[in-house]
Amino acid sequence: MSATASQGPPPSSAFRASARRFTRDLRHRGLIQKALSGYYTKRDENKSRFQSWQGARDLAAEIKFEAVNHLDRHLEEFASRIESRGAKVHWCPDAEAARSAILAIARENNVRSIIKSKSMTSEEIHLNDALESAGYGVFESDLGEYIVQLRHEAPYHLVFPAMHLTRGEISDLFQKELGSEPTDSPEELTMIARRVMRKKFCEADMGISGANFGVASTGMISITENEGNARLTTALPRIHVAIMGIEKIVPRMSDLALFLPMLATAGAGQALTCYNTLFAGPRQPGETDGPEQFHVILLDNRRTALLADPEQRDALHCIRCGACLNVCPIFKNVGGHSYGTTYQGPIGSVITPHLRGLQSWKHLSGASSLCGACTEACPVKIDLHHHLLQNRRNAAAQKPLWYERLAFAGFQFLMRNPALYALSLKLGRLGQIFHPLVNGSPLDPARAWTSSRSLPKLAPRSFREKWKARAK
Amino acid sequence: MNGRETILARIREALKAPAPHPASHGAHAPHGAASEHGPDAFRHWLPPVGDSPDDRLALFAKNSEALKTTFVVCESPAAAAAHATRIASAEAWKKVAAHRSPLVESVLGDFPDVLFTDGGFETAALEACDAGFTTCECLVAQTGSALVSSRDNGGRALSVLPPHHIIVATRSQLLPDLSAAFELVESKYGGNFPSMLSFITGPSRTGDIERILVLGAHGPKNLTILLLP
Repeated sequence: MSATASQGPPPSSAFRASARRFTRDLRHRGLIQKALSGYYTKRDENKSRFQSWQGARDLAAEIKFEAVNHLDRHLEEFASRIESRGAKVHWCPDAEAARSAILAIARENNVRSIIKSKSMTSEEIHLNDALESAGYGVFESDLGEYIVQLRHEAPYHLVFPAMHLTRGEISDLFQKELGSEPTDSPEELTMIARRVMRKKFCEADMGISGANFGVASTGMISITENEGNARLTTALPRIHVAIMGIEKIVPRMSDLALFLPMLATAGAGQALTCYNTLFAGPRQPGETDGPEQFHVILLDNRRTALLADPEQRDALHCIRCGACLNVCPIFKNVGGHSYGTTYQGPIGSVITPHLRGLQSWKHLSGASSLCGACTEACPVKIDLHHHLLQNRRNAAAQKPLWYERLAFAGFQFLMRNPALYALSLKLGRLGQIFHPLVNGSPLDPARAWTSSRSLPKLAPRSFREKWKARAK
Repeated sequence: MNGRETILARIREALKAPAPHPASHGAHAPHGAASEHGPDAFRHWLPPVGDSPDDRLALFAKNSEALKTTFVVCESPAAAAAHATRIASAEAWKKVAAHRSPLVESVLGDFPDVLFTDGGFETAALEACDAGFTTCECLVAQTGSALVSSRDNGGRALSVLPPHHIIVATRSQLLPDLSAAFELVESKYGGNFPSMLSFITGPSRTGDIERILVLGAHGPKNLTILLLP
């Protein structure tokens, strides 16, 4: 969409090359399996504490359906309530509008140093690049985000940004970038980052956060985190900017009594995340501290294009828990970076074609075994694997490929002519005698299959032949 | 058209086509209570909470243990003060911070040098403190959480900047679940909410390195809850 998309190879070739590299990397695969195995145990343990996880999913889906299908009303209520308490709401139709709104806030207030807590929406609009090229120092305070920022990488996973790295790699990185002593203790590594960040927190005059939920009835945003970095980001700097996709709305504050435990359980296998914080404006009269200014960036950036597709509208129910990534066989093999998108895994494959163009991103919907594990894992019951199928259908209808049409026309012709079909079976049996000569080589017509798999043999006699012989 | 009008117009245009109701697809038939919202419906599905105050106290204690929160039931403010003094000498505290409140001050008797944040404070001075003492709006048995607000519990930074956070609460503040906590906040503040309401569930933590749990990522490494009668 932006300048970044027009450089380098097309997304589908980049995906194919990266996926091929990662699926052969057994070390990577082992690392991801190990990281996720603990999550599976804790997730199941906490799910089983619910009286009914399925009942909770139904209710959560129902509430998000209500929110998204009356989005205009809820957003207006959200904005008027939060503004009545001194916050400023910036309605941003696209990424450019959001970036310039944030840059304008920084400029008008002579901001020098910016601290950020985790926000995938800020990744989506490439905010750090924009702020850095305007001369601002930007520091990611979430430990995983800080690690990938030091590596000049995108987050690997929308909840666990650095899950592809070992403690050794992180120690080497800290040694090189921060001059710290080598260590193989995750605790010591965390403390190194804590010390560095404490200084940044105390210096920063602008804090940028995301938002997990926007509460319409009371005009609040809700932020979920474990580390306390979002608490500090919103406590110490004199300006707080929160970036929120317009779909993050829930109608009532009391709805969070359901969503907060579900997000924690589905997302990280916790009963509740360590800090769940509601923000209802800047520092109010009589309060001892907190920012003087509170800005909410409401971002559309083609979410309304997804809203306009009633068949896939429920993809806007997403609470970005990452549960669908954690169970996806494709994600676990190709890895988060192969997607080349802000949002990885099944949900990323569903929404990216809507956000960034169907023809450029349809390949992600093809990269699925349609096993449905994602749909089963989703706490708000998004029909993910069917949406992947719908994206395939829509892409083919919008821009049919001549070779696919030719292949299907040929297939149809063959299947409608019994004599021709019988002949092709005979020829096939003849052909497979000679197939080992070219098996897997560039001359092999079935190479797409045979380069990594063996071709099953045709039966010596077809069912029809057997039936005919038996009837006599 | 400004941004607001542009986005609202796009939404209204998009919503002209109705979407299928969530109950119309998926593997699960809608549950009876799914059509009604609100706390009563949630309580059908969320983790159960015992009926009696003692059940809730036991559940809160169990959750605290799992979360690595130190939960101490104290018989009197004097016993709580003695407990705080023991932690102070064990961890060699030099300076503590707190906010003005009879509950907090009742356990702070033995601390000579206290930074009170009420009248404003230097960030560096608070950062140099070894512990922060606050009250809370309520405790939540279901999740082992404490709810603090920027209005009545010492502002935004006090509960998260010092490395040890001590919450002083009373038994009557222990509520069954998150729904009850939201009901309390709605009825206590009406529409005039504090600018921040934070559910604190255990000491600060991270799993960002190999998914291994480390306490004290950016917030407090220790969380102690002193429960007074």
